[in-house]
Amino acid sequence: MQWEIVIGLEVHTQLSTQSKIFSGASTAYGALPNTQASFVDLALPGVLPVLNRGAVERAIKFGLAVNATINSLSIFARKNYFYPDLPKGYQISQYERPIVEGGSIGIQVGETEKTIRLTRAHLEEDAGKSLHEDFHGMSGIDLNRAGTPLLEIVSEPDLRSSVEAVAYAKTLHALVRWIGICDGNMQEGSFRCDANVSVRPLGQEKYGTRCEIKNLNSFRFLEKAIDYEVGRQIEILEDGGSIRQETRLFDANKSETRTMRTKEDANDYRYFPDPDLLPVEIAPDWIERLRASLPELPQVRRERYVAEYGLSAYDAAVLTSSREMADYFEAAAKQLPECAKLCANWIMGDISARLNKEGLDIAECPVEPAHVVQLISRIQDGTISGKAAKTVFESLWQGEQDVDAIIEAKGLKQMSDNSALEKLIDDVLAANAQQVADYRGGKEKAFNALVGQVMKAAQGKANPAQVNAMLKEKLG
Amino acid sequence: MFNDSLKQLSGRLANREMSSVELTTEFLRRIGKLNSQYNAFITVDEEKSLTQAKRADEKIVAGEIGPLTGIPVAQKDIFCAKGWLTTCGSKMLSNFISPYDASVIERFNQAGAINIGKTNMDEFAMGSSNETSYFGPVRNPWDAAAVPGGSSGGSACAIAARMAPAATGTDTGGSIRQPAALCGISGIKPTYGTVSRYGMIAFASSLDQGGPMAKSAEDLALMLNVMTGFDERDSTSLQREKEDYVRDLDKPLSGLRVGLPREYFAKGMSSDVEKAIEQALDEYRRLGVETVEVSLPNSPLSIPVYYVLAPAEASSNLSRFDGVRYGYRAQAFQDLAEMYRNTRAEGFGAEVKRRILIGTYVLSHGYYDAYYIKAQKLRRLIAQDFKEAFKQCDVIMGPTTPAVAFDLGEKSSDPIQMYLSDIYTSATNLAGLPGMSIPVGFGDKMRPVGLHIIGDYFSEARMLNIAHQYQLVTDWHQRMPKI
Repeated sequence: MQWEIVIGLEVHTQLSTQSKIFSGASTAYGALPNTQASFVDLALPGVLPVLNRGAVERAIKFGLAVNATINSLSIFARKNYFYPDLPKGYQISQYERPIVEGGSIGIQVGETEKTIRLTRAHLEEDAGKSLHEDFHGMSGIDLNRAGTPLLEIVSEPDLRSSVEAVAYAKTLHALVRWIGICDGNMQEGSFRCDANVSVRPLGQEKYGTRCEIKNLNSFRFLEKAIDYEVGRQIEILEDGGSIRQETRLFDANKSETRTMRTKEDANDYRYFPDPDLLPVEIAPDWIERLRASLPELPQVRRERYVAEYGLSAYDAAVLTSSREMADYFEAAAKQLPECAKLCANWIMGDISARLNKEGLDIAECPVEPAHVVQLISRIQDGTISGKAAKTVFESLWQGEQDVDAIIEAKGLKQMSDNSALEKLIDDVLAANAQQVADYRGGKEKAFNALVGQVMKAAQGKANPAQVNAMLKEKLG
Repeated sequence: MFNDSLKQLSGRLANREMSSVELTTEFLRRIGKLNSQYNAFITVDEEKSLTQAKRADEKIVAGEIGPLTGIPVAQKDIFCAKGWLTTCGSKMLSNFISPYDASVIERFNQAGAINIGKTNMDEFAMGSSNETSYFGPVRNPWDAAAVPGGSSGGSACAIAARMAPAATGTDTGGSIRQPAALCGISGIKPTYGTVSRYGMIAFASSLDQGGPMAKSAEDLALMLNVMTGFDERDSTSLQREKEDYVRDLDKPLSGLRVGLPREYFAKGMSSDVEKAIEQALDEYRRLGVETVEVSLPNSPLSIPVYYVLAPAEASSNLSRFDGVRYGYRAQAFQDLAEMYRNTRAEGFGAEVKRRILIGTYVLSHGYYDAYYIKAQKLRRLIAQDFKEAFKQCDVIMGPTTPAVAFDLGEKSSDPIQMYLSDIYTSATNLAGLPGMSIPVGFGDKMRPVGLHIIGDYFSEARMLNIAHQYQLVTDWHQRMPKI
């Protein structure tokens, strides 16, 4: 039987506010345990939450960026359950009226574009952390993270493969960083995914029973977890079994998912509106102010890069995977619009490869867009060969600033002087009489060997096209 | 001196007849003498109180004297006070020393008032008799066999027995007004959002409101001037201009229209209470007041609605008492679940557990709509009743309680009977309206009767004026129990 995979993602993005969502404590990562837990975060008797306006603004910005409805009135609710790292015994979240509803995100899978609908995005507070090591049979609680603002972004079950799921997660990740509402640091838990996965016979309308895989904090884990889970579910169904609705955990060491809790032992969270917080009222002029403050969005830029610079949809998608990358490209392409595709190739090729190797972000790239423009110009005007350009790039990477000076110092200039090249070719032809004879006898291959010899003799400084033309002429 | 008004006490301090240290010492001595019998205070800390009194004296000497500078005020043990044991009447917090001051405590400190001690109360403010306190029941100074009412029973008792000139209370369904009535003192629950709830241990957040308790309306006005005001730490605190609650005290009452709800004067009120209330109304008529009959048709629903909503909020508010970070933790347990179970089983008393169970039930999946949502809708209807009534009158009057103070143990095994003590008071909390009780005489066994005054939103100054004018021509508020 052919199976269709159905995936919806719930992504917790940590909002980049200085202080927590309901207290004044700092949200900075990595402090000593419990040094960033205020009386409110500790849930002392009598303390009360006060909503951080910055968190609301970031949620609104997100809603605007995905063309969603911003609810003029949204409500905070209490989600009640007991756990030691949940100091109040309830999490303040949003339930019946979230701040953001609907909207969509366009993703690029290969050359195909697809629109993923969003269900909602709501504000909530993070819990603290339980530490189970180093306490000799006891557990430690660190409440530094308790009260950190989160925006939980829930997609519709519109994703049909792990590849699509990853593309969606990456696009979302890029978007929240792009609009400056989340630092996107996955190692520090600023961007965490839960995946709802089910399968159904191809063509069947009704969804299969889903399982939720919790807390996937890398794109690789997301892909692996979904792939494993899909395989597990298909195997059960093909053996005539049925899927049990449950929450599962991904074991990164074994690359498999396992049961965390079943539906039967799921909590009844007893949601009800938090009486300590007033409904959040959002006036239209506040929304408009925030709309005006948004940068040009990645989707818009993507389309513009295709229209304005003639890039492929794929290239445009890659270049808009982060605002820094897009800005870098645009800084270069603006100066050299006719060579935009070459700029794109350099950024996606040599520059990205080098950045990856060094573990650097494009914002930290030692080679500036202006240098890339210079470099490409020198290739274009025939001053240097593509091969020599790589040498120049290396010097730029090492911190040198002037492309022409590098070319001069390293003697990388191509031989554009016809007489010098002609002499070189004559020498090569004289020294390789056999190959000349072979070529004239009809062996096309011999021609390439002669080109190679000339290039070698020119120590790479000859322009290959020019060498080709002159050789052809000489060999008649 | 013990029967002095706050104004008189402040006068004694201002003209150096006595110092705050002397005044505070007098009250501490009286507490020392009487508290073992009445159990009004959970914590008394002479050193802390006297340190504050010394500082107040310095202020007075420097000429910085406000209306409450140097005046002892008893604080209900629901308000967190830095360095003070703050128990909320529970074993759960029997070891909790607060590291911070509630907004209300801060305001009294800034006003130079002296914290004379933390008063006893029903556990987590859940009760109408002060019998649910982990620290034992409080006795009524008018009759030691009677309860003082609750949950602010310790504060009411402290004032009635003149162990403190004034005190704070909190009122979720009547917890200021009912004990005020039963102990023959005055108390006001202001409009919801007027007094900051920051640092006031939550029972039912949408109903809880702090307020003053004292001998007279004039004293209440001075207390309110200190307690009220916007607080950015409480999101339900209202941003309004600061009011002077003393300003209208002397206004005449002629032309005032007093609404008498048909439902409050129907059967249910005991005859001794009715008699005292009628006498008080006659007194008001002599003061030029016109009485009109009004109707609050949904008032019979207020107790059932209250006992859905208050426990619902309480069940969640009390989840933080889990033995993990502070307060009581069970000694014996095998694992986390058992630590929670044993801690909460041992740390909470029966009434608190009952309400947590009710609250958990009404919020549960499948019951939420039938109970919580339904109750919220009815709550709006109850508020609407008052809105309609206030079209016909300026204030509403009636009995604060259906009967005078009952005996200790009389209702403790019958929660429904106990809940009905708040039958006249809980509707105002549901509507968020201000309500007050003033003493208007005595009923059976010479136990006090309270007149309930309900005003429209933010009409506290007018209500205090109405009470003050009555107290100018009567002396019930100056009567002291023989102790």
